[in-house]
Amino acid sequence: MAEPLLEVRHLAVHYGGIEAVCDLSLRLEEGEKVALIGANGAGKSSTLKALAGVVPFAQGSLSFDGEDWTRRPAWQRARAGLILVPEGRGVFPRLSIAENLQMGQMGRPDPAAMEKVYARFPRLYERRAQAAGTLSGGEQQLLALGRALLTRPRLLMLDEPSMGLAPQRVDEVFEVISEMVQTGVTLLLVEQNARRALELCDRALILESGRVVFSDHAAVCLASPALRAAYLGE
Amino acid sequence: MVTFLQQVLNGLTLGCIYALVALGYTLVYGILELINFAHGDLVMIGALVSLSLVRALLGWGAPLSVALAGGLAGAIGVCVLVGVALERLAYRPLRHAPKLAPLITAIGMSMVLEQGSALLWGRGYHSFPDLGLTHALSWGGVVISPLQGVIVLGSLCLLGGLLWLVQRSALGRAMRATAQNPVAAQLLGVDTERVITLAFVVGAALAAVAGLMVGAYYQVAHYTMGFMLGLKAFTAAVLGGIGNLSGAVLGGILLGLLEALGAGYLGDWTGNLFGSNYKDVFSFATLILVLVFHPSGLLGRHAPEKV
Repeated sequence: MAEPLLEVRHLAVHYGGIEAVCDLSLRLEEGEKVALIGANGAGKSSTLKALAGVVPFAQGSLSFDGEDWTRRPAWQRARAGLILVPEGRGVFPRLSIAENLQMGQMGRPDPAAMEKVYARFPRLYERRAQAAGTLSGGEQQLLALGRALLTRPRLLMLDEPSMGLAPQRVDEVFEVISEMVQTGVTLLLVEQNARRALELCDRALILESGRVVFSDHAAVCLASPALRAAYLGE
Repeated sequence: MVTFLQQVLNGLTLGCIYALVALGYTLVYGILELINFAHGDLVMIGALVSLSLVRALLGWGAPLSVALAGGLAGAIGVCVLVGVALERLAYRPLRHAPKLAPLITAIGMSMVLEQGSALLWGRGYHSFPDLGLTHALSWGGVVISPLQGVIVLGSLCLLGGLLWLVQRSALGRAMRATAQNPVAAQLLGVDTERVITLAFVVGAALAAVAGLMVGAYYQVAHYTMGFMLGLKAFTAAVLGGIGNLSGAVLGGILLGLLEALGAGYLGDWTGNLFGSNYKDVFSFATLILVLVFHPSGLLGRHAPEKV
């Protein structure tokens, strides 16, 4: 089998004395779509933050594209295509929409790519000179996704992309995400809305108290009565 | 009218110097929310280094322009080194400490720089070599020296250049992004430590220029001169809204005008009970009024950390 795009071995994340993630291992093949599912505090966001490099690995290792990335800083990971759209979207409220998008190009301006994003999100184009903080929550999420598109992601990690959004906005956000994965980008998705996450992804890892308690194909998860009861509210 | 115009001109000169120094405070505050109290001492170091170099170069028979350029370059080099060293050695290890720790460290660093300079330059006053730029030109009764012209024009160019850099360039965009959300900036490939270093480099270089200007303008330099100047520039930064670059420029120029006009008219208003030696009162009364009634300053967005 070919080398995986990303391999996490025995990841642990600690905050002070608190263990947020414990012994998590994960292999992602290029183009795979994987969901991380679990209750609040299960360690989903901490896992993504550790992979993106904004919280350190207390234990374990990260290899990306066959190289050891465990100790590399967040900004280098982003430049290599390990992209996290954080919870709360990470939009710069006092930069204009255009400037927010330009930040996604990381100092490698590419007008053609920018035009594509504007064509996909005409609302952002209309309001490009406005401060991003004036956008609604849903529009800010679309801006964050549009900006992530411009980063040339190889692994796209999305943390709660639908959080706090009205239902039609959620549809719009998931539409954009499925368009993004159709281009072949590898996806690691954390999402409260487990059904939508499982419908979009190939595989899922279920986390409880920082540990992986179950991992299988998304279809298997969707069919499991115990998981449906626990995470789909049935 | 002549007095008024004269004081406006003097105030503008002083205000430009304050603005250059205030930018150093506000650049660092904007990103780290740290008030770098050692910044005023960089101006002092800039003044003493440029003074020593200009004097030495003139002594070796260099023409004035070469001596000035050498003094300026040397001052910028030394100030940038000291500024970056402060960041690396004093502030970076405290990056995740409670905010009071780097603040107290900054006050300590200010003392270190002052006493270090006292060891190198002694505790006496040094007179700045005569640049021959101070012979006054009278213009309808208003006296202007070429040096004032150089200070005002030079500062305005630097201020304009810096505002352009921050508001229009990709580097400036990364700086503003880092100031608003450092984690999100890292997630988009910005080396935020480099951005922080850059803020210190730019601030220190501006302080060096201000040091040469203030030394040449008052024709004197002394190891404690940075304290008062730093406090005034900090006042200017707060007046404009700390963290806001245009605010620092505006605050600096307003404060310079206020001080010069206050000094010029205070004697008349109070029947010579108070004279121009009370001019510092204007700056610090302004600081108190701004902090009490409008702590976000003229152009600022949110209230600064209480210090």
